[in-house]
Amino acid sequence: MPGLGTSFGRGGATGFQQDLANADCIIIQGSNMAEAHPVGFQWVMEAKARGAKVIHIDPRFTRTSALADTFVPIRVGTDIVLLGGVINYVLQNELDFREYVVAYTNAATIVSEDFRDTEDLDGLFSGFDPETRTYDPNSWQYAGQEGGDGDRQEHSQQRETASALQHETHGMSVQGHPPRDESLQDPNCVYQILKRHYARYTPEVVTQACGISAEAFSEVCEAWSRNSGRERTTALVYSVGWTQHSVGVQYIRAGAIIQLLLGNMGRPGGGIMALRGHASIQGSTDIPTLFNLLPGYLPMPQAQDHTSFEDWIDSFRHPGAKGFWANAAGYGVSLLKAYWGEAATADNDYCFDYLPRITGDHGTYRTVLDMIDGKVKGYFLVGQNPAVGSAHGRAQRLGMANLDWLVVRDLFEIESATFWKNSPEVETGEIVPEECRTEVFLMPAASHVEKEGTFTQTQRMLQWREKAIEPAGDRRSELWFFYHLGRLLKERLAGSTEERDRPLLDLAWDYPVHGENDDPSAEAVLKEINGYDVATGRALASFTEMKDDGSTVGGCWIYTGVYKDDVNQAARRKSRHEQSYVAPEWGWAWPANRRLLYNRASADPDGRPWSDRKAYVWWDEEAGEWTGADVPDFEKNKPPSYTPPEDSSGPEALAGDDAFIMQGDGKGSLFVPSGLIDGPLPTHYEPVESPFRNPLYGQQANPTRKEYHRSDNRMNPSPPEEHSEVFPFVFTTSRLTEHHTAGGMSRFVEYLSELQPEMFVEVSPELARERGLEHMGWCHVVTARSAIEGRVMVTSRLSPLRVEGRTMHQVWMPYHWGSGGLVSGDSANDLFGITLDPNVLIQESKVGTCDVRPGRRPTGPALLEFVADYQRRAGVYDDHEPPIVTSSSAAGDGGGDPTPEPGGNT
Amino acid sequence: MRAPFRRNSLFGPVDPAGEVGYADPPPRKGFFTDTSICIGCKACEVACKEWNDVPDDGFNLLGMSYDNTGSLSADTWRHVAFIEQKKPLGSQAPHLRETVDLPTPQLRPTADGSEAHGGGDLFGANGAGEGEKPDFRWLMASDVCKHCTHAACLDVCPTGSLFRTEFGTVVVQDDVCNGCGYCVPACPYGVIERRTGPEGAKNVGIAQKCTLCYDRLSAGQHPACAQACPTESIQFGDLDELRDRAASRVQQLHDAGIMDARLYGEDPADGVGGAGAFFLLLDEPETYGFPPDPVVTTRDLPHIFNRSTTAAAAMLVGAALSFVGRRR
Repeated sequence: MPGLGTSFGRGGATGFQQDLANADCIIIQGSNMAEAHPVGFQWVMEAKARGAKVIHIDPRFTRTSALADTFVPIRVGTDIVLLGGVINYVLQNELDFREYVVAYTNAATIVSEDFRDTEDLDGLFSGFDPETRTYDPNSWQYAGQEGGDGDRQEHSQQRETASALQHETHGMSVQGHPPRDESLQDPNCVYQILKRHYARYTPEVVTQACGISAEAFSEVCEAWSRNSGRERTTALVYSVGWTQHSVGVQYIRAGAIIQLLLGNMGRPGGGIMALRGHASIQGSTDIPTLFNLLPGYLPMPQAQDHTSFEDWIDSFRHPGAKGFWANAAGYGVSLLKAYWGEAATADNDYCFDYLPRITGDHGTYRTVLDMIDGKVKGYFLVGQNPAVGSAHGRAQRLGMANLDWLVVRDLFEIESATFWKNSPEVETGEIVPEECRTEVFLMPAASHVEKEGTFTQTQRMLQWREKAIEPAGDRRSELWFFYHLGRLLKERLAGSTEERDRPLLDLAWDYPVHGENDDPSAEAVLKEINGYDVATGRALASFTEMKDDGSTVGGCWIYTGVYKDDVNQAARRKSRHEQSYVAPEWGWAWPANRRLLYNRASADPDGRPWSDRKAYVWWDEEAGEWTGADVPDFEKNKPPSYTPPEDSSGPEALAGDDAFIMQGDGKGSLFVPSGLIDGPLPTHYEPVESPFRNPLYGQQANPTRKEYHRSDNRMNPSPPEEHSEVFPFVFTTSRLTEHHTAGGMSRFVEYLSELQPEMFVEVSPELARERGLEHMGWCHVVTARSAIEGRVMVTSRLSPLRVEGRTMHQVWMPYHWGSGGLVSGDSANDLFGITLDPNVLIQESKVGTCDVRPGRRPTGPALLEFVADYQRRAGVYDDHEPPIVTSSSAAGDGGGDPTPEPGGNT
Repeated sequence: MRAPFRRNSLFGPVDPAGEVGYADPPPRKGFFTDTSICIGCKACEVACKEWNDVPDDGFNLLGMSYDNTGSLSADTWRHVAFIEQKKPLGSQAPHLRETVDLPTPQLRPTADGSEAHGGGDLFGANGAGEGEKPDFRWLMASDVCKHCTHAACLDVCPTGSLFRTEFGTVVVQDDVCNGCGYCVPACPYGVIERRTGPEGAKNVGIAQKCTLCYDRLSAGQHPACAQACPTESIQFGDLDELRDRAASRVQQLHDAGIMDARLYGEDPADGVGGAGAFFLLLDEPETYGFPPDPVVTTRDLPHIFNRSTTAAAAMLVGAALSFVGRRR
């Protein structure tokens, strides 16, 4: 998550869940940890038992709130107002941990005097171009570092390719030594910019915009700041309640700023626990299933920019810059060697030209829309059920119904395999089973107990899993499937002289197989991922051993060490009762088995623990090394007093107190000069669908967001547009403990289905009264995309909020149901349209506006007419294009006028 | 041989395993379910069913908060109750907003013109204020068979299917039970029940309830529910130790200002001689569906027996006397 990557240098969760027990205060926001991560929640309960205060901030009272000390209800989509309010509180009262802030953050660094803030530009930063809705970030740079060109085009392209994700493993690159003012008085230093930027996030604004009472807000501010500093630490926990917004990355940035100001990073009981949405989501970005990344967050080459091998290598090696990327050529070459083995040589740039090139947005949503438009022939779905689980379910299903072929590998016959015969579009007549052209291949998948391999869980830890039983029938593991698919493809192409077949034919595809089904050895794959010396076959111990001369192989440089000493380190299972609570000998975590990142910051600039109570890693003067409870996240023998020689580069340019070693300047970023598309500082923008005008700026919603203007992707109108009252309520969706995301692993299982057997809609007693909804009766929820129905659950766990002088109702729905399974129902994801965060192309699927009415929805073609009627009343039909740039500073002729969006795809 | 119906065996504090004749039994085992840290994940329900091969209990949305299995039954041996209450939980601050009875913003009439919503600007025009901040708490609690010291189900079982294990727990032997159902009304908690279906399920017609995972205990394992519980809300162990732990937990909660905390079923002097599975509750037992003062339904058996014996003896004496009289 680049919100973390640009702030700290790496995108993963900064600590481990067991360490939450050491917190003095835990803030859980954008996460329903008790329900979605019940096992990890035990450490929150442990902290509470030890006296920590637990605060849950959420639109509704959940099972997490039930166990918290304080529950703060919030209007969905206003988290940056609240967090900005906390930042303002900390700065105005000078409650920041000053010694930490000066030493370890970029608070003192001077920013270009060309920089203009949202304060000056009505919600935009300097460098904005209303035509392309992108920034030229030149004026955001540190003083003396301005002057690149082509940056705007770069930003435009970065948005297309979500390139900010590369910041999972490194922060920004910085050349030389930007000027600093450690008194923090210079008006252009980050600290002062921050102070001005957040000055308007007052308690009154928080109360008005978020619907949070002054009392609750003050409780959050006091608890967070009082439980931070030398002796105490506060941990912050978030999950997809933060990421799935059109400003999601900036939510996380706002949390990062608070944790840096209060000195909670790199310290026990502190940090930011980014809880992932599934068992191995961290793993599926480390070794990515994303179009724009290669393993270890190396960029997928782009056709325009990476015309040569050297261009590609330099794009992540950053020659001349400080930090640990100097060796990055070795990561790239070792990866190519892992792909193409002996065929990859220095003479052919290690087969660099075999890598596909990307030319723009090939993200999942773009691809689905391309399917609808007939541009995509085939689709693999592996453990994914987009017919239910992805935003805009109707678009997902219509797209899948317009393919030549579709492969679905799953445990059960999920909706994404049956959409052609039983989806809502079959009811409406949009899909006719007899005529649907897509040929669906449903392949039974082995479950987690039927295959060996690793999961990389939420705290970057790889855990090896044995195969407990042989998979029954035709079920096979993903490893088996892809290995044999590749083998068969190679066999089919054998003898081909076509140049285009070389990448496949030259692929190193020689894993040992075992068992009656010829299962490839997962350990052999893990060893290849870890990397080894080509000549001797010895497993590499660290990515520092990777070479750029073709003498090493390594499939994912950040995982190097997981097979150190030719031992499967991920399979280690030493009990936590037989080692320290850090448990370094349970599994293996990247990077280098560090469990708590940036832990150099747990000691003061001189290398001494900030306090005995919070000691973790410190400098041992006698031994001349860093030592403590964890693997130091610092060069082991670099003393705290080290100052880099002039003109140094690479790791030796980092000083003894540069605690954030993956950052170009070694500092935690309060202000992010480069790497983010929507601005250097988190700024409140309303959700794309909101009943309210942005109370802070003329700019209504994220001006740089990724939009797809199409007749099949209508967005509900929001101010300053008219007719937002057609959809007067705000809804959000999330999951229940009892079900797994799109239900593929739970709705087909009796013991889980019985626990939550039916789709329901949670409403407050007040909304129920207003709309005539009866508990356990039916209601339907309507947006410009669709209408879905569910049973009414009236509960005081939802309460109306008072926002900007009005009563606002929020509605909550679980999103687990679909047309298949033992228990079926309408899918909440059918309600969402497609709008994406510009940095990562993650959809805004945590907030939208809607109408709620009693009774069941219309069925069949009447449903389409019903929704069309809402669209007409809301004014979103024909060639309607909503205004995106609404800041008065952009148009020059006053805010609020609809700005045509070039490049719209209608 | 002990005399049947000795005074203490149906009532009062005893060690049940020793009582039924196990020589040197292991320490009595039980559950302490601390509902104050239950997160309502229902992992206990699922783990129980997985391990014990219990069929599903039907797919019914009950509308009882998040409880959709309703109660303990033949097909639900662990049951998590969810209680939404307008009461405070110690010093917990829910910060929910009460705006009941206040008008809402003007909404456009709907397409068919049927609904118009009045109100106008709420806090401006009407000058209405925020209501009182309501108290609210959400209680969750996992229920289970109590494995009573004096188990009426066992006392009334005519086949000996229900028996006392060496761990002091009460277990049905499925292959001995004849489905007579005497145990069902005997249980003061309404725990045990005969399985009525579904067709093809195992043990249909047979009395069913928690075995405290007798098979797992016999193999030195913990019961499935306790093993699965992520927050240690369900604690398994030696009953004596659990009672000590529970007492100090109550004290801890009282010190934290949660004065509602109390134990249920831990007292050996109660109506069932103390439960092998007892609870820390945050409200009256009735709130969770527990009887407030359960009494073993066979408590009065000795009394009844003595009475009826006396009556029978008196009848015999009377009858004999009448014969004597005739002889005269």
